[in-house]
Amino acid sequence: MGKEFKESIHRAVNDANLTGALGKFSEAYKVNRAKAYEGIDFEELRGRIAELKSYAAGHLDELSDQFTRNAEAAGAIVFRTSDPTEVREYILKVARENNVKTVVKSKSMATEEIHLNPYLEKAGIEVGETDLGEWIIQLAGQTPSHMVMPAIHMTKEEVSDLFSKEVNERLTSDIPRLVKVAREKLRPTFLAADMGISGGNIAVAETGSIVLMTNEGNARLVTSLPKIHIALVGIEKLIEKFAEVATILKALPRSATAQLLTSYVSIITGQTPNSDGTRKNLHIILMDNRRSEMAADPKFKQALQCIRCASCLNVCPIFRLVGGHVFGKVYTGGIGTILTAWFDELKKSEDIQGLCIQCGACKDVCPGKIDIPDLIMEIRRRLVKDQGVPLLQKTIYAVVNNRKLFHGMLRAASIAGKPFASGKFIRHLPLFLADLTDGRSLPAIAEEPFRDRFKKIKQPKLKEKAAFYAGCLIDFAYPEMGESLIKILNKGGIEVVFPEDQTCCGAPARYNGAYEVAAANAVDNIKALLSEDVKYVISACPTCTVALEHEFISVFESLGHTEYLPEARRLAEKAVDFSTLVKKLVDEGRLTLKEGRALGKITYHDSCHLKRTLKVSEQPRELLQKAGYELAEMFECDTCCGMGGSYSLKLPEISGPILQRKLNNIKETGAPVVAMDCPGCVMQIRGGMDQDGANVKVRHTVELLAEQVE
Amino acid sequence: MYQQFKARAEGVSAEVYRFITNDAALEFIIEFLHKEGLADTTQSSALWADSSFLDGIDRDALQEIPGLKFEVTREAASKARFGISQMEWALADTGSLAQNSTAIEQRLVSSLSTIHIALVPTSGILPDMPSLLSRVNPKECAYLAMITGPSRTADIERVLTIGVHGPERLVIVFVDELGGKS
Repeated sequence: MGKEFKESIHRAVNDANLTGALGKFSEAYKVNRAKAYEGIDFEELRGRIAELKSYAAGHLDELSDQFTRNAEAAGAIVFRTSDPTEVREYILKVARENNVKTVVKSKSMATEEIHLNPYLEKAGIEVGETDLGEWIIQLAGQTPSHMVMPAIHMTKEEVSDLFSKEVNERLTSDIPRLVKVAREKLRPTFLAADMGISGGNIAVAETGSIVLMTNEGNARLVTSLPKIHIALVGIEKLIEKFAEVATILKALPRSATAQLLTSYVSIITGQTPNSDGTRKNLHIILMDNRRSEMAADPKFKQALQCIRCASCLNVCPIFRLVGGHVFGKVYTGGIGTILTAWFDELKKSEDIQGLCIQCGACKDVCPGKIDIPDLIMEIRRRLVKDQGVPLLQKTIYAVVNNRKLFHGMLRAASIAGKPFASGKFIRHLPLFLADLTDGRSLPAIAEEPFRDRFKKIKQPKLKEKAAFYAGCLIDFAYPEMGESLIKILNKGGIEVVFPEDQTCCGAPARYNGAYEVAAANAVDNIKALLSEDVKYVISACPTCTVALEHEFISVFESLGHTEYLPEARRLAEKAVDFSTLVKKLVDEGRLTLKEGRALGKITYHDSCHLKRTLKVSEQPRELLQKAGYELAEMFECDTCCGMGGSYSLKLPEISGPILQRKLNNIKETGAPVVAMDCPGCVMQIRGGMDQDGANVKVRHTVELLAEQVE
Repeated sequence: MYQQFKARAEGVSAEVYRFITNDAALEFIIEFLHKEGLADTTQSSALWADSSFLDGIDRDALQEIPGLKFEVTREAASKARFGISQMEWALADTGSLAQNSTAIEQRLVSSLSTIHIALVPTSGILPDMPSLLSRVNPKECAYLAMITGPSRTADIERVLTIGVHGPERLVIVFVDELGGKS
């Protein structure tokens, strides 16, 4: 990660205005969005959007042709190009031919993408942004920090300073007054402008229409007052049918700002009359700029399903800490990372792709049904393919790929780490766990790993068998979780085997784009775990379970390795997470929890992979309540804890505040115990609580249930 | 559907009224204009864009009212306090109004004024946007405009503020006997 980039993160997380505004907004957004979608089947709706946008992405040429024919038949002039330079030149040519001195613009990310304003200004044309947020940042000489709310990073005091200079009058920071000043100041600009430039939220091939949405009403003025209107539209905005406009408009305002509809929607089809009786000089530019290449890429085609609502920014636990400027100058947040990699260049995404913690919150809310985290992983993989893995990581993976060496080092670490241990925590772990920062204590490596303890556990001989996939954390840091798991499964009539040759699930390598390493890990594990005839392969780590159920397969597929695919699929069939299997045993009457206990209040933290990839959230809650705990839900129970594997090592300045927020939400419930199903989350949250000093016990569900089985 | 429309439109700060007859609606509008300061100066004037409502009433009587004008120009619209136009449809599920706004006068009075008064035939209420789009042929409607509440922004510190570039008030007047498209 570049030094400049690290500094920009440092600046952002220490900017109280920014984190305050974004934090408040993200909290309100979740509630308001849910309200806006009341009575609507979101899954059905986004299924339809994904389908119609995917169709469009697969037929970009045809739809562009059709759009051009229909718009031109209605009197528009359509210019098509793949080159941003040609877009700028075309706009300047139209301006020159019509003797244009001033331009008014309504908000358009496409014009930001091609850096249109400085180009026109250099040619002596005055360009006025009219969206309030865009105008503010134009006056401040900045770039948008959010796709929908460009000036969200600024305070009313800063805005009042800017406006005061602009109108030569000392203004207070009264927001309604500031808005009025903008109205009065911009009104003459609108009326005097020779040309209006807009973007386009949707372009309809069937009719040649463009759809513009605003809340302020500026797009209505931009498209009505000047005699020339140029609309710059990225070809990913094309849809086939006019009726489909309603489908997108049902989701876009709800997802963007939690509104049922924006104040104004204009659907423009061809020329309209000007106030002097002439016809509008209407130009529509269909811009490609690598969108066709994206459509031809089997993996990235789905990114064209984006309707630019920015909900992936609004729910991102990272974005709300760092804001948009860290991401670059144009597109920001999750989808912005992907668009930057394409519309700019892959290399430009090198730093920002690393901001993604892979929590999956964006994937859940995307109205275009885009698997944003997966596409960011693909960027990571391609970067590593292009540029290789940094040397230090390479050394680590060489170790991780050699199970005996890796486990040998972990054992050595348990001894080496000893002098620093205080209770169950140490401040520094050796090797790749070395760079840890304040704010979180880390567990000591167990003196005796699970794999050694397992041999001493006496189990009854039972007919049904499950293989336990421990994962590194339970094996080497929390072996007691493994012991609890065996106790519970035995009571439920399942005997547990522990295939010795199992090793790291490959997640650390995969999250860093080192897919070859992850694939080698997968092969080792498949061989080990399928070596015995078992009904289940159970894991008490959701990240490991996701690897068993999905990632071994997808890593092989990404790399085109087919040899172990059938076995990977067989393993995926058997794989199950702890709470799901135990819930099943309880439901079938094979396992009983002690009845009639009052164990007091508990709160539950949803781990990202468990909730959003494995879709498991009710099972652990029901089990804990059945055992006698009284559930007190925390605020943002399914927001990431900031662990993200090695993420917390690479970006501690981001991971830290995310953890703090989680700790506060836990403490707010007043529950003396917080449960979770992931040893990674336990490591993060238990370490945080230890430093915090709060008297809250942080436990894996497996430990709590082991105390309550009959 | 009217009740749903009213609730949704008021939810986004629009003001909603309903009258049975044209005369009752007209009486309301004139009283409203006077109450809100209609006067014969450019800043306090009202501009009434061409509409079928005007065809159904005695227009001569209105010529007498100082400040109320029927000739919509860009210059007059940019200064007028009130803009009056007739919208063809209302969408119950979002509280939106819709109009074929191809004629520039329709857009001038509804986008530049401070208070926009929108007349709507009650029979023009539709359940939702799909039913609107199925009725509109874009070939015959170069500028389809939808309006949902007054102009708004939250661009400064996410504080909702009414009246940026468009009207700061939207007054919707339904008229039952006003025949409209449906």
